[in-house]
Amino acid sequence: MPRSRKATSPQPATGSVALLIGTRKGAFILRGDRTRRTWKLSAPMFLGQIVHHLVLDPRNRRTILLAARTGHLGPTVFRSTDFGKTWKEATKPPAFLKVPEGQQGRVVDHVFWLTPGHMSQPGTWYAGTSPQGLFHSNDGGVTWRPFSYINDDPRYREWMGTVQDGTPDGPKLHSILVDPCNPGHLYFAMSGGGVHESVDGGRTWETIVQGLEVVEGFDAATITFHDPHCVRLCPSNPDRLYQQNHCGIYRMDRSEGRWIRIGKNMPKNVGDIGFPMVLHPCDSDSAWVFPMDGSTVWPRVSPGGKPAAYVTRNGGKTWARQDKGFPRMNAWWTVKRQAMTADAHKPVGLYLGTTSGEVWASRTEGSTWVCIARHLPEIYSVEVAELGR
Amino acid sequence: MNVSIPTPLRSYTAGQGEVLADGTSLEEMLVTLDRQYPGIRFRIITEQDTIRPHIRIFVNGEQAQHLAAPVRPDDHIHIVCALSGG
Repeated sequence: MPRSRKATSPQPATGSVALLIGTRKGAFILRGDRTRRTWKLSAPMFLGQIVHHLVLDPRNRRTILLAARTGHLGPTVFRSTDFGKTWKEATKPPAFLKVPEGQQGRVVDHVFWLTPGHMSQPGTWYAGTSPQGLFHSNDGGVTWRPFSYINDDPRYREWMGTVQDGTPDGPKLHSILVDPCNPGHLYFAMSGGGVHESVDGGRTWETIVQGLEVVEGFDAATITFHDPHCVRLCPSNPDRLYQQNHCGIYRMDRSEGRWIRIGKNMPKNVGDIGFPMVLHPCDSDSAWVFPMDGSTVWPRVSPGGKPAAYVTRNGGKTWARQDKGFPRMNAWWTVKRQAMTADAHKPVGLYLGTTSGEVWASRTEGSTWVCIARHLPEIYSVEVAELGR
Repeated sequence: MNVSIPTPLRSYTAGQGEVLADGTSLEEMLVTLDRQYPGIRFRIITEQDTIRPHIRIFVNGEQAQHLAAPVRPDDHIHIVCALSGG
């Protein structure tokens, strides 16, 4: 790609905020007021179903898409056009192409990631699945089909590896990003399988892993070994990306074309391992991570049992700990890659959900935190729904 | 033929635990079932036309291994959700 473009300057939101929460046992909506001080939890939706992700369509602020499966039943996508009051199932959920008799075809285990398309393309959605697949809908999520060629491309299939190479719940295609300035400029990431970019609407893809490390002893030139956990594109500067990777925290300015390990500037006793990556809506130098213990057998919990977010205000040169309000000790939290997010208010609100079923919020860009919901099932995802500007 | 529907799939059959379907094979039966109750087939059969893990289909008490299994109008089909853990 790269070429420098004028950064957009989104205006801060002023309306009320809701959190869309996907859990291992259903979905919930946590509605806040305009001040983001009081929150009201909905009744469970799809109780008992595994909900990996639910996302509001920012193009109409009414439609929600929700990725579900159960322990027994196959994966599907549900769609609500009235902000969760009623739901209809996709008539053609994401599915790999059927292979000829005698060949081994792939089967979607679950839809893991949902991304609305560009603001100029109402009805367009993208989905990432486990095992890794990339899918597309152009009718608002009613029907889905494989997107681009990667699902069946021999080179991509090699990079995707097998179920044995993936995360415990299966290898994921995630972090599908759409450049707000260009609907044909797309990214996606695979755990494992690297980060990929298209500038022609998915007709061709380039792998962008330069500068990324892989697990010690393995060859970084082998794309399969790259494990991006969460990649984000700065809303205010689409030429800047941040990434929480299996091997650290990175930033890429597209003009440089190389990932820089900004996590090396994190405190050594905390490290730079984690899953979520959260960006400021208006300031491309500000970002948050939620470190986890990636030592020994990878406990994937808050280091030392002391939960904290870390913020950078200078593109990763320095980091500051943000733990005011969190338990001081004995809190062994895990926060999954889709379970931490930010709103678009000023100051920015931050939200995270733990696998132990608590939702925490900060109205002050992380300087103080409060628990706003507890006793939920294992939280898989938290997404902000801005209900007005 | 009569088809017993397990509780996880009754959102498709308006709560009915027993429905009627036609066909001379399990595949045909599932096609007619899906025509009446759109979406139900994909929740139990994969895109590669295999029965999903944790789903079992019995014809008159005998477990069917594949969709080509023949069925007759007086058969009783049981769709069962096997144990899948917490």
